[in-house]
Amino acid sequence: MGHIIRRQRLWILLASSVLLAGCASNLQWYVVSPATESGRANLLFLAGGLKYTLLLSCTAIVISVVVGLLVALPGLSKNPLWRGVNRVYVEVVRAVPILVLILWVYYGLPIVMGLAVSVFWAGVIALALSDSAFEAEIFRAGIQSIDRGQLEASDSLGLGYFDRMRYVVLPQAIRRVLPPLGNQLVYMLKMSSLVSVIGMEELTRRANELVTSQYRPLEIYTVLIIEYLLLILLVSAGVRWLERRLARRDER
Amino acid sequence: MNIVSQSSSPAPTIIELEKVSRFFGSFQALNEVSLRVSAGEKMVICGPSGSGKSTLIRCVNQLEKHDAGRVTVNGVELGRNAKQLRAIRTDVGMVFQQFNLFPHLSVLENLMLGPMRTRKLTKPVAMELAMRYLHRVRIPEQADKYPSQLSGGQQQRVAIARSLCMEPKVMLFDEPTSALDPEMISEVLDVMVELADTGMTMMVVTHEMGFARQVADTMVFMDGGKIVETSSPEQFFTRPQSERGQLFLKQILQH
Repeated sequence: MGHIIRRQRLWILLASSVLLAGCASNLQWYVVSPATESGRANLLFLAGGLKYTLLLSCTAIVISVVVGLLVALPGLSKNPLWRGVNRVYVEVVRAVPILVLILWVYYGLPIVMGLAVSVFWAGVIALALSDSAFEAEIFRAGIQSIDRGQLEASDSLGLGYFDRMRYVVLPQAIRRVLPPLGNQLVYMLKMSSLVSVIGMEELTRRANELVTSQYRPLEIYTVLIIEYLLLILLVSAGVRWLERRLARRDER
Repeated sequence: MNIVSQSSSPAPTIIELEKVSRFFGSFQALNEVSLRVSAGEKMVICGPSGSGKSTLIRCVNQLEKHDAGRVTVNGVELGRNAKQLRAIRTDVGMVFQQFNLFPHLSVLENLMLGPMRTRKLTKPVAMELAMRYLHRVRIPEQADKYPSQLSGGQQQRVAIARSLCMEPKVMLFDEPTSALDPEMISEVLDVMVELADTGMTMMVVTHEMGFARQVADTMVFMDGGKIVETSSPEQFFTRPQSERGQLFLKQILQH
């Protein structure tokens, strides 16, 4: 399994380098070449956005997982009112395009709330909000997949709602939803590029800025793609590692 | 072993059902069932599938809510009060057909969860308790394994120990050996017989008639959501009063 993945990864890297080499005649790679001093400076400038992309994504992921879980729980209630709360949140938030949400939070929230939101926090709020709706559905599906016998056993031991969730249901549900959750994390990482429109100095914004001064969009955006590719391969590997780790304890 | 129910001063009633009914849609699973279990009594409930015996036993700890009638456990009538229900559930242990162990917890953790979270025991005390009951079901060496690493019979014995760790006053068994391979049935029944010898009050839904004959104080035969016959095992196995009881025994003891 791991062997195949490693081969796959190698293949992707090979393909991308062939692409770069093959088109060399039409391209001016010097702008991003590690061999020249200006190329190195440009590459460093591009990679400088990494810190903010990571910081933004990680903060948004943590918040969205917590909010997603909090939204998922009422969706499993017997009370139709609680289920309604879940439904409305998911349907409304899920319907707003992320880009629109980013603009709305950054330009709209200060007017509504009367307080200025920094670019960073506007990005975090928008991404976390949007993602939480999808994660709420993932968690709900995971929790619903837990066998009824597990709930009955918890009840017969006198466990209350929170103990039951904390010690019996969630540990099993989270293991099951790890693949779709990993998917969502990758998606969120990519969507963080949209926060460049409000001026966040992350990877995409840095690339845009370099393009305006160097006039070499193809080369620079190609580097940008490779940056995202490496980042996401890293995240995938992390999620798979976590899956394997949890699977070792093993279910029926 | 039958001292309690046969002694001259009657043992106190611990479970009482009065005209309990339960509907699933338009299907009536229980039809005005009444019964009484006194402390220390061993009641075996049998009957064809769909006769309502599982529903009956599940009403006692309210995994199934009754639609009409009264269920009284330990002098408390069970209603919709969640806190009171939790308190009663700590007095009533339950063993399921499918074991329902927590697959992500080790055997020891399975046993310690209820004592620590519900009874608020400290970890060392809960661990000692868990090991004591694991010895009792004779698998202390499996303490650190996960349920999936155990055989069905071992899993069911862990499930029994898990219930006993709550130190309940009553134990309910819902077809505890029906999901087991034949060669594992006796190891579970042995543990149940031993438990009966300690004086535990037990309600057991089972098709194991040998066990019933050996342990039961009272046999209850159900059909169509009603109790058709309540008698001593001697009487039930030698001269069942109802026609349906006779037919059931003939079918189940045929081979």
